[in-house]
Formats: sequence, C-alpha cells, structure tokens
Amino acid sequence: MSILHTVNKSPFEKNALSECLTHSMDGSAILLLEDGVYAAMQGTNFEADVKNALASKKVYALGPDIKLRGLSNDRVIDGIELVDYAGFVDLTESNDKVQAWL
Amino acid sequence: MKYAIQINEGPYQHQATDSAYHFAKAALDKGHEISRVFLYHDGVNNSTRITSPPQDDRHIVNRWAELAEAHNLDMVVCVAAAQRRGIVDDGEAERNGKDATNIHPAFRISGLGQLIEAAIESDRLMVFGD
Repeated sequence: MSILHTVNKSPFEKNALSECLTHSMDGSAILLLEDGVYAAMQGTNFEADVKNALASKKVYALGPDIKLRGLSNDRVIDGIELVDYAGFVDLTESNDKVQAWL
Repeated sequence: MKYAIQINEGPYQHQATDSAYHFAKAALDKGHEISRVFLYHDGVNNSTRITSPPQDDRHIVNRWAELAEAHNLDMVVCVAAAQRRGIVDDGEAERNGKDATNIHPAFRISGLGQLIEAAIESDRLMVFGD
C-alpha cells in the first residue's frame, strides 16, 4: 500500500517536511505544493534531506506553485518530478491514500 | 474516483481554497466525481455571497459557486464554524435572531457528520488548509 504525502509548508518556516520525511515509509510519494515547493530548490539547507529521500521515495513538486513564486524549474533538484494539477489528481489515484501534512 | 474535499482556510488569506479549486477542477475535467466539498474552520468564509474583490482579481466565492452549479456539487458549510464567524442562512438567522443572511445559494449549512459521511463514501479525502 502506498501513500501520497502532501507538504504545503516551507521547510524554513515549519517542520512539516522534516516530519513527513521521518515518518513516511520507503516507496511513498511526496508532493510539494504551495510554500512546500521551496524545498524542491537546489542549494538550500534542505537539499541533502530531499536528495536522501529520493533514494527510497518518489518526490514531486507542483509546477504551477513554483511559477507562482517566481521560481525557476531549472533550479529544481534532479530527480524531483514536476506535475501540474492533472498530475496531482493522477497521484491521488495511483496511491492508495493521501495524507496532508498541514 | 470519488473525492471528498475539505477546506480549512478562508479566501484571500491562504492558498488552500485556490489549491482546492484547481484540484477539484482538474479532477472533474478527468471525469472523476466530487461527492462533497466541506468548508470547515475559517474555510466557511468561502461561502459569503456579499464578497466583492477588485475586478482584476479572481472571485473565489463565485468561482466555487459556478463550478458547483456546472457539476452539481454539494457544497457544505460547517454549522458551528459558520455561527462563530457570522455566516448565516435563513434558518440560522431565524434560530439566532439575526437581521440578515449572507450565504451564497450554492452552499448549504450543515453539521460535521456530513464530513464524516463524505469521507466514508469517497475513495479519497483531500484536505486543504494551513
């Protein structure tokens, strides 16, 4: 059984991402959306944590929210897959449950 | 797939209701069903018909109402959260002695049981909030 975890907090503001990375099982999917997309950027203090997660989990970021914040897709960490809202819906379908880390 | 959507934050303050709207639209475009949208906590503020954003801004309440009308969505507002925040329909105005109503006709006020029921009857419960 796979779970889609959604993280909508900047890792610089709240520890939702750290908690999610700690508690989610291998093989889980993690979608970064809203301010959560800051964690998808290269060169931050959280890059190592995200890269570590990518070894055992799938990590996605919501493209429209990256654009909304004036960030560039070019700066997204390698291995993170960008999705749009249709892709978000697909992720909720392909995983058995959805857990929002509010 | 059948989805239930819970929104915990109000309009123009947090992105939650915008994210929920775009998700709902994408799901409906793919042919999925949305069994209920439940407005909880500050999310009840998404249901007031008297909101008037600037013309060049999105009208969050009307946008939900139009989507609800197009797809016959059940838009439910939590009664306890609504009472605290002054979201009022005819029944609540009468019960609580209020001199006005402000709820948009696309929404209805009901209890928390509606959220539980929607969660049970749906394949996924999507929670959008802070």
